[in-house]
Amino acid sequence: MLIKHPLDIFPSEITPPEVYRGRRAFMRATGSLALAGSLGLQAGNAAAGVKLAGTRPGPYGTREEMTPYKDVTTYNNFYEFGTDKADPARNAGSLKPRPWSVQVDGLVKRPGHYDIDALLKLASLEDRIYRMRCVEGWSMVIPWVGYPLNELIRRVEPLGGAKYLEFTTLNDRSQMPGVRTSVLDWPYTEGLRLDEARHPLTLLAVGLYGETLANQNGAPVRIVVPWKYGFKSAKSIVRIRFVDKQPVSAWMQAAPREYGFYSNVNPEVDHPRWSQAKERRIGEFFKRKTLPFNGYGEQVARLYAGMDLRRYF
Amino acid sequence: MSPRLFARLKTTLFLLCLVPLLSLVYGLLGDSLGANPIEALSRGLGDWTLRFLLITLLVTPLRRFTGLNWLPRLRRMLGLYTFFYALLHFMSYVWLDQFFDWAAIGKDIVKRPFITVGFASFLLLIPLAATSTNAMIKRLGGQRWRALHRAIYLIAGLAVLHYWWMVKKDITQPAIYAAVLALLLGLRVYWAVRRGGR
Repeated sequence: MLIKHPLDIFPSEITPPEVYRGRRAFMRATGSLALAGSLGLQAGNAAAGVKLAGTRPGPYGTREEMTPYKDVTTYNNFYEFGTDKADPARNAGSLKPRPWSVQVDGLVKRPGHYDIDALLKLASLEDRIYRMRCVEGWSMVIPWVGYPLNELIRRVEPLGGAKYLEFTTLNDRSQMPGVRTSVLDWPYTEGLRLDEARHPLTLLAVGLYGETLANQNGAPVRIVVPWKYGFKSAKSIVRIRFVDKQPVSAWMQAAPREYGFYSNVNPEVDHPRWSQAKERRIGEFFKRKTLPFNGYGEQVARLYAGMDLRRYF
Repeated sequence: MSPRLFARLKTTLFLLCLVPLLSLVYGLLGDSLGANPIEALSRGLGDWTLRFLLITLLVTPLRRFTGLNWLPRLRRMLGLYTFFYALLHFMSYVWLDQFFDWAAIGKDIVKRPFITVGFASFLLLIPLAATSTNAMIKRLGGQRWRALHRAIYLIAGLAVLHYWWMVKKDITQPAIYAAVLALLLGLRVYWAVRRGGR
């Protein structure tokens, strides 16, 4: 794995996302992984990321038009940097994504600390283009870079008692101005059932548009669970804990009536204060219908067979 | 103040009140409202409705504190601008947010408390705007007209509640509007009590 440093990129080398998209389509068409490796993927805005070389196209891709890099990096919910959606892009410059390590502990045979460089090399990086549906009623299509979280899970060998995972986001006042306010009970935590976490769709993401994650998108490492509302995908994580009981997430703690543990995208189950039937895809004028499980029902509906999804919202 | 100066002041204020709308339209056309311009437009119109409402309610206290007795003569325009921005805010919801899906709008009004109170405050503004002319004041009679227009206090409360119930978690902004409204209404209560006590 070659990780280039920012100074290695000259502005002239930077490929605009439109060109990058075109290149991706070409590579898809030829199906040539070798070509991808030899060219290296170059993309996006130099300010945020360092390109991640040698990624390969992953499964479950969508052909829907990708949300422009600028929108993905300037319209964010990341309350550690402020509650306005423009705040994270403004304030996340103070986050230091390196050095970084993720503590993996709890009910596992091999607990430990994973340095970000070790995590980047743990499994081969894939491009995964996922839909992202925010609980607020808007959505994006985002090309992530990462690998299935299960790659990490199987290496740490969960014990029989492990039923859930709890993710914890960094909680550092010096790097995150938002945690000085009490808008949420810090640190931000999220959780998944073990089988959800092991599902091949669930991603440990380290990149966006072929580059390392922008700080406001959860650098240097985050979770992406595309069939759940966006807040379930914890950003800038420092700890993954394997537990036997269902964790209480930050949003469940803040408003238990409004945010449940599962929070699967579901047009049938409204947020108590607004409808979830439709969504505005960023960049589109008309709203579109929201799909059950954000369109990933074929892959994940069986995880919830027999469950009353109104009760387990 | 000379009539000419007042007329100029009024024209200036009239144009000034259009600036928020023009800046939103400019932002929309210039693509500078961010990734979700429709939401930004709709929220911007809502923000300015509340601001104009509070500015309208500021007129009386301001006159009492400054002794500028011509201030209330600007109040009708400020009130009508409140209605104008409220109407645009409502239209942005009906058109841009729901795209004339009347069934969904009806459901929203019945089921979503923040929309219920927002819609109610908009409906209540209509008779106030409709009776803003001199002819209507005469027709109703000063006392009845004043009684009707006291509805603005209820409308203001509902409008702040509409904002408060809309936000996801961070209530800083609606709390600021609520505090300003509480101050403006509190002054009126204080004056009323003092007057009654005398």
